[in-house]
Amino acid sequence: MNALLLDRIHFAFTVTYHYLFPQLTMGLALLMVIMKLIALRSGDERWNQAARFWAKIFAINFLLGVVTGIPMEFQFGTNWSEFARRTGGVIGQPLAMEGVFAFFLESTFLGLFLFGEKRLSKLAHFGAATMVFVGSWISGFFIIVTDAWMQHPVAQRLLPNGTYEVASFWKFMLNPWAWLQYAHNMCGAVVTASFVVAATGAFYLLEKSHQEFGRLFLKTGVIAGLISCVVQIFPTGDFHGRYVARYQPAAIAGMEGLFRSQKGAPVVLIGQPDENAQTIDNPLAVNDVLSFILYGTTHAEVKGLDAFPRDQWPTALPLLYYSYHIMAGLGTWFVLLMLVAAFLLWRGKLYNARWMLWPILLSFPLPYVANTAGWMTAEIGRQPWLVYGLIRTSEGYSPHVSAGNALFTLLGFLGMYSVLSILWIVLVYRFIRTGPAAAAVAIPAEPQPATLTTV
Amino acid sequence: MGFVWFWIVAVMIAAYVVLDGFDLGVGILSPFLARSDNDRRTLIRSIGPVWDGNEVWLLAGGGTLYFAFPLLYASSFSGFYLPLMIVLWLLIMRGASIELRMHIDHNVWRSFFDGLFFVASALLTIFFGAALANVIRGVPLGQDSYFFLPLWTNWRVGANPGILDWYTVIGGVVALVALATHGALWIVLKAPGQLEDRARRAVTALWIALLLITLISLPATIAVRPSALANYRAYPILFVIPALVVATLVGILSFTKQNKPLAAFLSSCLYLVFMLVGAAAGLYPTLLPSSTDPARDITIAGALAGPHSLHVGLIWWSIGLVLALAYFIASYWLFRGKVTADAGYGH
Repeated sequence: MNALLLDRIHFAFTVTYHYLFPQLTMGLALLMVIMKLIALRSGDERWNQAARFWAKIFAINFLLGVVTGIPMEFQFGTNWSEFARRTGGVIGQPLAMEGVFAFFLESTFLGLFLFGEKRLSKLAHFGAATMVFVGSWISGFFIIVTDAWMQHPVAQRLLPNGTYEVASFWKFMLNPWAWLQYAHNMCGAVVTASFVVAATGAFYLLEKSHQEFGRLFLKTGVIAGLISCVVQIFPTGDFHGRYVARYQPAAIAGMEGLFRSQKGAPVVLIGQPDENAQTIDNPLAVNDVLSFILYGTTHAEVKGLDAFPRDQWPTALPLLYYSYHIMAGLGTWFVLLMLVAAFLLWRGKLYNARWMLWPILLSFPLPYVANTAGWMTAEIGRQPWLVYGLIRTSEGYSPHVSAGNALFTLLGFLGMYSVLSILWIVLVYRFIRTGPAAAAVAIPAEPQPATLTTV
Repeated sequence: MGFVWFWIVAVMIAAYVVLDGFDLGVGILSPFLARSDNDRRTLIRSIGPVWDGNEVWLLAGGGTLYFAFPLLYASSFSGFYLPLMIVLWLLIMRGASIELRMHIDHNVWRSFFDGLFFVASALLTIFFGAALANVIRGVPLGQDSYFFLPLWTNWRVGANPGILDWYTVIGGVVALVALATHGALWIVLKAPGQLEDRARRAVTALWIALLLITLISLPATIAVRPSALANYRAYPILFVIPALVVATLVGILSFTKQNKPLAAFLSSCLYLVFMLVGAAAGLYPTLLPSSTDPARDITIAGALAGPHSLHVGLIWWSIGLVLALAYFIASYWLFRGKVTADAGYGH
């Protein structure tokens, strides 16, 4: 294995693992604000208890998001130094802004939110929850602006020393790609949180414990889940997909497994791409649909991979194809599941429908898979470019960091994150076992808090 | 513009050292000062609500460095590859140890995280000190402004140095003693009863070590990098900085003796700031000196990002810093005063 491949795996692994945590905390932050708002408006104490319960799970995930996030900012320099040198004048900006505007805000208000319930008024405590939400969503925005520039570089200027700088700050921040991707991504985070909340509710109902909260969580999760799943596909996914088709046609061809350009292009639902023969094996396809989705008419021509020189094909073609299909397939399953669940909820039958509670419980890992697959689609689709059309991936890695050193640290991260995963499972399981009823008495009685995650 | 951003980055690094410094120091001292589980809990509590915010200065500082001096970021982060990765692992372990210790009431679980908290805090401090010493000593920059340093070679500061050599180890020890002192002063300020008394006695012992290691580090620096004095010769007013270092050192001890813990802690903050400012003043306008050929030094002019980015950056950075200061003042005000010995916390 050469250094380039190892550096790619290094970043892919650490960022994929990292994003398991923010996708839950960003979504949960919104749901907690909603719970606090309902409590504030209705005076129903159960919603405060629910918010308190989820705040504990939020805190532990936030901690893991923080500690696994720190390596991300450093890895641009450690493993991708040529990329960092040439583009620091552009993407250094949102990364620095994330620290200055989002992290300070989050770390302060998280402390207030977790410990301040007794010291603050109800309204101020709701305000603290809102600030945690705002901070985490600002953080997400700056990361998406960074990635969007790599996907669709705008507003940059090449300096005589071969590096890039931002020519227009506002054009850079208002990159349309960034806003479409942001909407799609944040909606995906809400899907993850909704499914986790709904699955916890389903678990309590199946278990016949904490049933009052089980119903509360299930209702919250299903309503938020249905809205976010639908918005995930339309308009956010749809608009984002069309934009990708306009600016990264080779990526779309790879995602869809479309080897030949054609009018009335089909959507392949299932099938295995064969890169050498340039065919899809065992295809299950629907004609004309791809043309319609991308261009609004069944006759439109969609460019296949044959329209692009081989050195501009996405490098990991089958993985790109599967990532996209897994994302889209799961997205469809989410809508179906949530539609049926919402119907049962409306008819007042959901809480006793065990046949429905089981799939809701078992589906909680799937949004994590779908979000990961979505990011893989975006980043593998961008290949072979590091910055689309400007810098190739093979030009960006650190020239003096040997493959041996990169492998050493990759193995180190694998080991360390395995341990973190075990700790995470143990602690989240304990929170769910203890249940939300304990949150009724858990407002810290002492005047001083302990740490960020222990109340 | 380069001058402004040099000092912005320096201020952020100094803020990190001063703020995260005391919670690192608490970690270094925890096995020596805490005699019971209650003591250990009090120590964790004294930093519990603020440690994460303190660490944000490292991230914000790193981001600002990346933004303002991309070449320096690219060269130094890839060149210091191994120690940086070790620092990242230690940061992960340390964050986990602070936050996870309290979650399960079991003595083996807690002992494990207590040990981890100490080891990670001490090693991080040593690595940070050694890193700064590496920057002062210089690194073998190539024609392409890159380098790669192994963790150690022959422990000498020659043409083929490692991250660790006799000089950078001194840097690590300076950091260890300085932050242990800093942490002890924080504990005096925040902890009640016997813990406070033990911390006060630790300050006196650590102070002698700090005085000695500071006095060793100054001539060692001049021996390793004689050109560090060039700015001082050109602008003799700069000699005020080492004088202030000595003054703050005296302040730490005399305020502790007079039982003014806040003044003593602030003296320690200023001691750290002046040590860093002294180093920065010696380096300016170089960011990362070459150990082989001064022509290859990475300088402000060579590493500075484009002008438009930096102009815009100055606007948002000023706004962001005012907000950050407001959060910090509010947060430290809210959690002011002694940490109470707790009874029956729930989790």
